[in-house]
Amino acid sequence: MEHNVLNSNKHEPTKVAPPRPTTSVLGWLKANLFSSWMNTILTIVFGTIVFVLVKNSIDWIFFKSDWYVIVANFKLLIVGQYPNEELWRVWICLILISVLMGLSSGIWKGTMGHLTSFMMGIYIIIICLPFIIFETRVWLLINIAVIVAAFLIGTKQSKFKIATLIGWGLMLPIVIVLLSGFGVFNHVGTNLWGGFLLTLLIAVVAIIFSFPLGVLLAIGRRSKLPIIRYISIGYIELIRGVPLITILFVAQLMLPLFLGDSIEIDNVVRAMVGFTLFTAAYLAENIRGGLQSIPRGQFEAAEALGLNATFKMTFIILPQALRAVIPAMVGLFIGIFKDTSLVAIVGLTDLLGIGKNIISNPAFLGTQMEVFLFVALVFLIFCNMMSYASRRLENSLGVGKR
Amino acid sequence: MSKPSTSTPFWRDKRIIPILLQVVFAVIVVIAGVFLITNALTSLRQIGISFGYDFLGKMASFDIGDKLIEFSSTDSYGKAFIVGILNTIKVAFIGIILATILGFIVGISRLSTNWLARMVATVYVEIFRNTPLLVQIFIWFYAVFLGFPIIEKSLSIFEVFFFSNRGSVIPWFDITSATLVWGILLLIGVVLSYFAWKLRLKQQVETGQKRYPGYFAFGTILLALGIAWLLTLEAPFSISTPEISKRGYIGGYTLSPGFGALLVALVMYTASFIAEIVRGGILAVSKGQVEAAKALGLKSPTILRLVVLPQAIRIIIPPLTNQYLNLIKNSSLAAAVAYQELVGVGITVLSQTGRSIEVISIVILVYLSMSLFTSLLMNIYNKYSQLVER
Repeated sequence: MEHNVLNSNKHEPTKVAPPRPTTSVLGWLKANLFSSWMNTILTIVFGTIVFVLVKNSIDWIFFKSDWYVIVANFKLLIVGQYPNEELWRVWICLILISVLMGLSSGIWKGTMGHLTSFMMGIYIIIICLPFIIFETRVWLLINIAVIVAAFLIGTKQSKFKIATLIGWGLMLPIVIVLLSGFGVFNHVGTNLWGGFLLTLLIAVVAIIFSFPLGVLLAIGRRSKLPIIRYISIGYIELIRGVPLITILFVAQLMLPLFLGDSIEIDNVVRAMVGFTLFTAAYLAENIRGGLQSIPRGQFEAAEALGLNATFKMTFIILPQALRAVIPAMVGLFIGIFKDTSLVAIVGLTDLLGIGKNIISNPAFLGTQMEVFLFVALVFLIFCNMMSYASRRLENSLGVGKR
Repeated sequence: MSKPSTSTPFWRDKRIIPILLQVVFAVIVVIAGVFLITNALTSLRQIGISFGYDFLGKMASFDIGDKLIEFSSTDSYGKAFIVGILNTIKVAFIGIILATILGFIVGISRLSTNWLARMVATVYVEIFRNTPLLVQIFIWFYAVFLGFPIIEKSLSIFEVFFFSNRGSVIPWFDITSATLVWGILLLIGVVLSYFAWKLRLKQQVETGQKRYPGYFAFGTILLALGIAWLLTLEAPFSISTPEISKRGYIGGYTLSPGFGALLVALVMYTASFIAEIVRGGILAVSKGQVEAAKALGLKSPTILRLVVLPQAIRIIIPPLTNQYLNLIKNSSLAAAVAYQELVGVGITVLSQTGRSIEVISIVILVYLSMSLFTSLLMNIYNKYSQLVER
């Protein structure tokens, strides 16, 4: 509007748009690849490298490699040694998640919808893989049907909003109970949990449990009370100063020592505790960044309204602070998800640990590349999904814009 | 009748609440600490180990493959730790230099006008940033470096670089009697050339005439090297090219598979993060700066070097420091590929002696001091490169 008014006032001669560049293939090539002799050399060098890499990769992937090792160990890689006759419990968990994903994508659409359709794409690809057994295909088809049904319900009725949120909140305990049994079903020990399932579980547990701890540490670090502040700083800097692997070793070797005989916890839980303590320190720093970005006026306004410290934090400051650091937190969570592979060093059988066990099996000699590339691919897909979601969230929240 | 109270009760007194809170918090922390430590002490007593660092003087009955100083299995645990620390520093130092170079190249390529360069850089970043470092290390170690043929059938490039599953070997410099003289003169030359450059530049600024500071600086170094040549009449070092024998490589510098895999993986992984930081830093330099430089008639490499990078560096340094610290910490993953750095040595010592608390406390202390030292260095550089304002 403004622009038009200005133009009409000045009586400028009508502007003619510059001629559009020829959009032919040759024009594009000239503009993007051969615009100067420097660029031409660059193109030739990179072109040669890319050609050699792609040719060799295709040659290797389709002709030289032996993907039978993945086919034979597919179940092992995904759920570890979880007993076959109890596998339905894992499927029930997945179906519950599918219901929630379908509902959420129906209600909120946007990013959630994209992620859900992406998951469906993965299911469909797995169904189409030739070596997948019939049972798995049926379960996956049920999952897809459930997602679609839940999506339709979600779009029609938004009264499920609160139910869905509660469902997400209850998901982790339900999954844990289903997987381990807890007296209701046959007990399946954590030593049998493994593969990608374990990777996901460790990451999710670390992220969820580190959250309250991280918030408390962040607030503690900004507290005016010196003892609380120095203990928070000490904890955060100590954890951030040492490699994750040492913390995992502390959790594996020293936790039983420190807790004494009274409390006994198994390997997997120890790893989860280690990851939670580790994540909390990094999360605290992220949240502290968010707290610092809140202008003073917000604190003062809250105080002027007569809110006490707790209310001020929970209702005024934290919601804004957390919103501001969502992208940073998703970045951290991607890092934690990748770092879960470190439990392979302390002897757990997560996705990478299973991969390591497979290549030490004499039957699959010389298939290191295939196994580890598969592991890398799984991580690549999930990390990309998360960073895609983070980018979209960032845009929709408008965080980066201000 | 009680008189109306004018003072607030102590549990609502703003001056007392904070103190009370802190006391409660401190008591909780202390109780938790005491609980943990007494537990640890009792369990240690049950196993029959008393706390103490005297084990460091005992004989370590293991050998370390990669070592920068002499070490044999008859040396003490303490010395094993020093070898481990040196190995950590070695991989971190080389890794930081290479990752910085690669990261800057990739980061700048991501903004290139050349479509192919941009694409290659983007794909590189997306792949290496989104897969776990440990998986990458395993791929390099098990599938690449251990996948090389046996030593008799080593792959070779120009018969100078050899690759086998026992390690890779590259030509290396051998110190001769002339090395010291060359080194000293090179150092003197560099210092002198810096002053020559400063002087000529000052003259050029004052008189407005061309004084060629660059040529003068370069000439000073050449002169110093020429003197070195006249003094010694030898090359500064002899190059030893590797050869294959029955027992292993002779000459050259051998990289063990573990070290090679760790170094390559660390460099590739960290470079992908550095590339993103560099890209962000360059994008943050305002467009007007580039346009002004173009209007002055500078060529685009000159713009990058003299206008964009100096300003981008200020934005780049803090996150870059973080990446360096990450690289140092990530080098601990060597424990998984049999390169005996600090954590690797620590695990071996721990399994031999059972001194978990002592070993882990040493490891934590060393990493903390390395992190502090790196942050200190980078902070100094950061101060130096900051914008000087009024």
